[in-house]
Amino acid sequence: MAVNALKEYSFPIIDGADKFHGRQLLYVGWDHHLLFCAPFAYCLPPDTRFGDIVEKMLPHSFGYHPDWQKVDFSTATWLKSGQPWQPDMNKTLAELGLKHKDALRLQTPGLMGIGGSCS
Amino acid sequence: MSTVFIAFQTNEDTRPIVESIMEDNPGAVLDEQPAMVKINAEGKLVIKRESIEARIGRSFDLQELQINLITISGNLDEDDDTFTLAWNN
Amino acid sequence: MDMKATKKKLGLKEKYAHMTRGLGWETTYQPMDAVFPYAKFEGIKIHDWERWEDPFRLTMDAYWKYQAEKERKLYAVLDAFAQNNGHLSITDARYLNAIKLFLCGISPLEYVAHRGFAAAGRNFPGVGPRIACLMQSLDEIRHAQTQIHALSNYNKYYDGFHDFKHMLERVWYLSVPKSFFDDAYSAGPFEWMIAIGFSFEYVLTNLLFVPFMSGAAYNGDMATVTFGFSAQSDEARHMTLGLECIKFMLEQDPDNLPIVQKWIDKWAWRGIRVLTLVGMMMDYMLPKRVMSWKEAWEIYFEQNGGALFNDLARYGIKMPDCVKQCTVDKEHISHQAWATFYQYGGAAAFHTWSPTDEEMDWLSAKYPNTFDKYYRPRFTYWREQAEKGNRFYSNTLPMLCQVCQIPMVFTEPDDPTQICYRESEFKGEKFHTCSDGCKHIFDDEPEKYVQSWLPVHQIYQGNCFTPSANPADPAFDPMLEVLKFYNFNLGHDNMDYEGSRDQQNFNTWRGLATKNV
Repeated sequence: MAVNALKEYSFPIIDGADKFHGRQLLYVGWDHHLLFCAPFAYCLPPDTRFGDIVEKMLPHSFGYHPDWQKVDFSTATWLKSGQPWQPDMNKTLAELGLKHKDALRLQTPGLMGIGGSCS
Repeated sequence: MSTVFIAFQTNEDTRPIVESIMEDNPGAVLDEQPAMVKINAEGKLVIKRESIEARIGRSFDLQELQINLITISGNLDEDDDTFTLAWNN
Repeated sequence: MDMKATKKKLGLKEKYAHMTRGLGWETTYQPMDAVFPYAKFEGIKIHDWERWEDPFRLTMDAYWKYQAEKERKLYAVLDAFAQNNGHLSITDARYLNAIKLFLCGISPLEYVAHRGFAAAGRNFPGVGPRIACLMQSLDEIRHAQTQIHALSNYNKYYDGFHDFKHMLERVWYLSVPKSFFDDAYSAGPFEWMIAIGFSFEYVLTNLLFVPFMSGAAYNGDMATVTFGFSAQSDEARHMTLGLECIKFMLEQDPDNLPIVQKWIDKWAWRGIRVLTLVGMMMDYMLPKRVMSWKEAWEIYFEQNGGALFNDLARYGIKMPDCVKQCTVDKEHISHQAWATFYQYGGAAAFHTWSPTDEEMDWLSAKYPNTFDKYYRPRFTYWREQAEKGNRFYSNTLPMLCQVCQIPMVFTEPDDPTQICYRESEFKGEKFHTCSDGCKHIFDDEPEKYVQSWLPVHQIYQGNCFTPSANPADPAFDPMLEVLKFYNFNLGHDNMDYEGSRDQQNFNTWRGLATKNV
């Protein structure tokens, strides 16, 4: 529905893909690990290799958790916008079709957080 | 029946007001909290100017209630003699 | 002429009629529609402004008289508090962190409310609401001024009180309350009245001011309780204005019902999300607690709001749908919020800390269904790690909700172990929200919410550095630069309370106050 206004109501999207100097936003959450209160936001060039995210950025963000060292990426699963999604670690964000502001969920079955509390 | 309430700051100005309300509204329940006194009643609560005046020994304008008022619940009707809170259900 | 000469004074109703209705007129140089251009575009139909009732029947002369009395009382207390080192009588300086959040996140909103009610008073053609909005506008600036004045005393002694206005316009968590008021202020006058006059003032401010201010009294903060209750003495009038406004709209035309219902649904949810901060203040930041957030919610929202919506049912108004989710959320949100500030405590202008065992036992007793199962393990782990020198501070920016702007910390209504993700598309871009409530609001007016100034996105766009920051410098630390942009005194305003300057000073000064040196 359109905004009810006195005059024409049209303003630019302030977080559009064109506003990040050639980079794009990618959100990554780790299911059942609420020690991290919210998914993380990354701002990355589209030619970033997905493996670099998994090997460098995610350990930086999630490494505090004792479960992190037990994560096995050969069995971990991913969701994109809530749907199953299969990454290729050697491909870039652009090659994987990841768009600005895509949200990924990392699922690591068997790892249930601090004392099984999903923390 | 729904609960209406009124809350005042706890002080010497409000003590006779609260006493009057409790006397004029037999079903009302007093809830004393830090720095605050809250009066709950089922359906309706009436504050009468004359009752307050009888206690404080001077004329009282019901709008003076506003100085120490904290909160109310219910539809309000105020005139020169009464200040009434009520739910229409 | 047979006139009774002995009549001294007008009755309340007559006086009110003369001093409100009697002050209005129909314009002749310009048509009324040109003088009041905002009165109709929202679709609310008003046929007779004379039907507006103000049950307080307060006129300007009485208003000045009673407000002056309130100010005299307030400033007498503030002077006494300052003269007698009242800041050393509070339970514990941890408490002051709730007050820092109040000063930065709530007091500036009183000022925006002042502007908003001034605008509403200007834009309504009816005299009754114009007068009521004028008084509320004056109340609101009084609240902003008295709060700033009262809390300035703490600024002499403690960190984090020094730059609330600058912070409000920049800091990530303050964008939550700021965007709430910006959203309301940029709507039309009728929506403003539902947003602030009804949802915020009538349905929600009891939760902010009544139990929390009673908590301030319980914790020995005479300054805050006094400005709080002085402000609250105006709130009864504001609540009445909000309720009268909604009844007036509904009585004027049946076509107003769906519009009003939509606004109630929207603003109840917007307000409830903002109150997450208050839930956290009550459950985690008061060393002595009056009641839990959940208990306050049950008294002031479920019981009192329930009575209100029963009363409005005769107009066809229904309880907002979001209440079902709120019934679940009341057992979670304060814990989720404190966990959030605990881990982003490096980027907040107040201190956070681990709850003690005694505090966790209290939380467990108040939240028997959730605290031990979901939250105690988290806080216990963090505390153990902090004791080993490994205090957790998150090092990566969080994903935010496009509407409420809170990090995406809320869980699914049917699964407290799963973050709630909601997604919409608009003009080929994705927009993420934290809940069905926020998604619904986004989808209804996407053109509005695509303008949200989301702090995390603004940081990544490079808009949150000081002019002297140099991203080309190899030593450039973006997170440090953002905190400089916020004007935090790093190492003093932020991080854990344990080991903070506030903690050291408070303990030293209180020690000095009780013995001769």
